[in-house]
Amino acid sequence: MRVVRAAFRKDLLLSWRGRAQGMAVVVFGATLLLLLSFAVGPNATTLRQLAGGFLWVALLFSSTLALTESFRLEREHRAIEGLLLLGAHPAAIFYGKALANWLHLFAVGLALIPVMVVLYDPGLSGIGGLIGILALGTAGISAPGTLHAGLASQIRAQQVLLPLLLFPLVVPVLIAAVRSSSLLLLGDPMGQARSWALLLLAFNGIFWPLCGLLFGHVIEE
Amino acid sequence: MENLNAPPFSAKAVRRAWIALGAGLVLLAIGTYQGLFVAPPEHYMGEVQRIMYVHVPTAWNAMLALTFAFFCALAFLWKNDWKWDARLEAAIEMGVLLSLLLCIQGAIWAKPTWGVWWDWDPRLTTTAVMLVAFVGILALRHFVEDPRRRAVWSSVATVVAYASVPIVYFSVQWWNSLHQLQSSPQTVDGAMVTPLRINSFGMLFLLFAFTSLRSQIARRRLAAELAPPPAPTATLATGGER
Repeated sequence: MRVVRAAFRKDLLLSWRGRAQGMAVVVFGATLLLLLSFAVGPNATTLRQLAGGFLWVALLFSSTLALTESFRLEREHRAIEGLLLLGAHPAAIFYGKALANWLHLFAVGLALIPVMVVLYDPGLSGIGGLIGILALGTAGISAPGTLHAGLASQIRAQQVLLPLLLFPLVVPVLIAAVRSSSLLLLGDPMGQARSWALLLLAFNGIFWPLCGLLFGHVIEE
Repeated sequence: MENLNAPPFSAKAVRRAWIALGAGLVLLAIGTYQGLFVAPPEHYMGEVQRIMYVHVPTAWNAMLALTFAFFCALAFLWKNDWKWDARLEAAIEMGVLLSLLLCIQGAIWAKPTWGVWWDWDPRLTTTAVMLVAFVGILALRHFVEDPRRRAVWSSVATVVAYASVPIVYFSVQWWNSLHQLQSSPQTVDGAMVTPLRINSFGMLFLLFAFTSLRSQIARRRLAAELAPPPAPTATLATGGER
């Protein structure tokens, strides 16, 4: 647990020191939000209905940048090898890193919400629930994302491989997060958002332990 | 205990694969003949429904190939035996090929019956997601030269991808559904079940044959990759001729 905390703290510190990179990820997400509206047209009603979907697609695309960056320094300075030589358990490194990535993605999502509100004008009544879904959805991207980013960081075609491996895997997260976000933004008279949130919980419940278990195989090779 | 040597090439397995291939082709010929000319046309869809005799066996065998890939990945991570890596490579390639065929056949069947080539139905969408996920793993294998890393990483990616399949299916089911419910032998006429069963076994034999042959090819490549570097020749050892 101490190692998890130390790895988490180290990654947060690195994110803070490289905050220009973090800002670039947010700007990239905001640009995507702007561009996605051009695919639909200027109809305000349609854009309002699609706002939740656009937010998650922008967040998913931005996540590949953030996840790739989280392993760049580790590889450049062979820092992960150093951590392993110090006797840190791979699972502890994984959970530290995945938690830091989760926080990072959550922050990116929080920064993108105002952009989405300004551009698409969805109702603000469900914003509290949306933040909860944001936490669950970014956790769902973060666990398999950290595993695959660790793997892809050691391969020359990293930029292509990470989305190719990660995107099909997080389809359930995307579906559940988009549906629940849209329901919360547009009104949820039947209370369906709750079941989607449970699906997100189930996904996290499966993938956080599984990815932690497999991470050792990825970095010890 | 880790087996550092590449698994030997097995001539017996190749012979067995050729026999299975022959048997599979004969069964497929019989099943297809029965499906096309003996079985009655379906009440609502008419002649179009006959694509079922190849579509459903493809679906079953695609699922089987990817499930086998999952077990190969687990077996490699557990046993560290190279033969599981060779089998994993073969199973993923067969699974991807069958899933691709499944999507194409599904589109051909969907157009005259549903009026569209594609629909966001749970089974269709799950197959497409599975196809993309496993194509990603094939790409991963292609980009890693070191055999040990390739084997471990693709095993990890296979386990994670396979674990997500039921959740993908479940989430898409909630999201949208159009696909007809699964039929069982009790709900289908006997004349229709026979060609379906024959074709399923025919395709199973083909799957076995191709997986077996492909894994033998992978074994040969592994043997070349894992072989120790050649000893320096006499000329090089003495400094060579200038």
